[in-house]
Amino acid sequence: MNGKPFSVQQNLSPEDFLPATEAEKEYMVQMRPSSTFFRDGVKRLLKNKVATVSMIVILLIALAAIFVPLFWPYSYEQMLGNVPGKPMDASFQNLRPFEYSRTEQQMLDAGESVMPHVFGTDSAGRDYFIRIVYGTRISLAVGFFASIIVLIIGMMVGSIAGYCGGKVDLVIMRIVDIIYSLPDMLMVILLSSVLKTTLADKLEGTVLARIGSNIISLFIVFGLLYWVSMSRLIRGQILSLREREYVLAAEATGAKGRWIILKHLIPNCFSVIIISTALQIPSAIFTESYLSFLGLGVNAPMPSLGSLASDALNGISSYTYRLVIPAIVISLIVLSLNLFGDGLRDAFDPKLNQ
Amino acid sequence: MNTKTLMYIVKRLILAVVTVWVVITVTFFVMHAVPGGPFVGEKAVTETVRKAMEAKYGLDKPLIVQYLTYLKDIVTRFDFGPSLKSRGRDVIDIIMDGMKTSVRLGLIAAFIALITGIILGSIAALRRNRVIDRVIMVITTAFVSMPSFIMGSLLLALFAVKLAVLPANGAAKGGLILPVITLSLYPMAYITRLTRSSMLDVLGQDYIRTAKAKGVSKWRIIFGHALKNSLIPVITYFGPMLAYIVTGSLVVEQIFAVPGIGRAFVNSITGRDYPLVMGTTIVLAILIVVMNLVGDILYKVVDPRITLE
Repeated sequence: MNGKPFSVQQNLSPEDFLPATEAEKEYMVQMRPSSTFFRDGVKRLLKNKVATVSMIVILLIALAAIFVPLFWPYSYEQMLGNVPGKPMDASFQNLRPFEYSRTEQQMLDAGESVMPHVFGTDSAGRDYFIRIVYGTRISLAVGFFASIIVLIIGMMVGSIAGYCGGKVDLVIMRIVDIIYSLPDMLMVILLSSVLKTTLADKLEGTVLARIGSNIISLFIVFGLLYWVSMSRLIRGQILSLREREYVLAAEATGAKGRWIILKHLIPNCFSVIIISTALQIPSAIFTESYLSFLGLGVNAPMPSLGSLASDALNGISSYTYRLVIPAIVISLIVLSLNLFGDGLRDAFDPKLNQ
Repeated sequence: MNTKTLMYIVKRLILAVVTVWVVITVTFFVMHAVPGGPFVGEKAVTETVRKAMEAKYGLDKPLIVQYLTYLKDIVTRFDFGPSLKSRGRDVIDIIMDGMKTSVRLGLIAAFIALITGIILGSIAALRRNRVIDRVIMVITTAFVSMPSFIMGSLLLALFAVKLAVLPANGAAKGGLILPVITLSLYPMAYITRLTRSSMLDVLGQDYIRTAKAKGVSKWRIIFGHALKNSLIPVITYFGPMLAYIVTGSLVVEQIFAVPGIGRAFVNSITGRDYPLVMGTTIVLAILIVVMNLVGDILYKVVDPRITLE
């Protein structure tokens, strides 16, 4: 310093120009591991309390739906009063929560242990708790697989329309427009009521018969109607991504359309795909329960949350809890899936969050 | 109105007409693909009687002729043919009968949803991040996640069974109160959230600051400037709201035994009354398509700034 306040002159010594020591070099190197887009998104997601709680709720419900039936002593279709070779025991029917039937009471008195009926039994003497768990399992599975179907079809059509453009795009998008403006619920009801009767005979004896004609027809209906919004979304993404330089570079090196779509375009709209699939699941669950409620859902005796609620309407004055329990479970699932989907959107697509 | 708007309207009209045609065609061919035909399951009819029945309803002609006749009858006379199960009644009469109740139910529900939704949404936006805003948002989030049939069944269980203050039967006096509430809660919650977010958007605009700066009173700003502009997105929800109310009424009318078109539709499916199924589907679809059309066009006409596709 030469004492003049505004001088920019610096006093330098020859030492300042020596090569840096190893320790100094070390200090300059940033050793933070590089973060990927995915890891960033997860970090943002975990910061969102509402989304995290919803995720935990969904995971708990899903785990319970998968694992509880494995060790629960009752099954969803077993009418407990009907034991082969013994007279029917009507005291198993319509038990209230934690009540025991006559036989079970005798066993208890004799010192044996009996699994309590946590939610009682229904009018056919079936354990209601396991029916709720099984119904949850079916509702979740239907929602998940229906969304996967929607995802696959929507992704295929949307990426082809977006990448090819021109006449192909025009034709596909007009079809999408029409399907989009169809009143979806009416068509769903119509198609599933018809498909259910048509499919029932055809499926007889095949593996698919175990799933039931109603669920299969539900999947078909989803595959026919619900892919349109997904394909619109993906087409829009691809339209803008198509103009990027890396696509030009890939084309210049001789890559074919299929390769470019699969390797370059689809991975780049992954966040949009994941988000809209996540938001599709609750709407599929909703549709399934709605159809089950109208009697067009799962085949009896298989329960789903919608059919359980629908059955409960008959005994609503004396057994209100039979309606309230599936109602709570279904609302909880849809609510937490919606909140989780919103959280995913905020975390993985900051552009949409405005 | 410029040519661009006009072009848009024409394009939307064409799409609407095509949609209705697709609905009619799909409905017709899907219903005719059901194995067995409509007279299976009736008490055993002899071959001659079945032939006579088929001749009477025109079912002996080739499918494509039946289709063209069906299409022509709808377009020229809005006629869906006779019902198979309620003898001597035309499908359109049954539909019109049910419509009287259903339209009243739907309109009251839509009206209530609009008014309460806009009021609650505005309150939430004006009291942003206060307790009342939080409460409104939590409640509406819960309502949005609750399917209409769950809501209806729970309301039935609470008010008609446990408290016994309202009738469970929709045909009784005051019986429409519970169905109306059931149907209006979801759209109300949706409109609340829509109004809140668009109101927040508008309140951040420059012209609101200008109005404040020149000393316009608070209420004039809210009603004269903010509310008017924040209602534009709500218009887009007209179509989806009606579609929701129509499909919701299918189960709600079932739960509360309301003698409306929704119950007729569900009963016709379980009773295999094919002409009635087709007629109801088509009428409800036309209703939804027209409402969507009106909503979309209104949206573009109301706000000239909105760019057209």
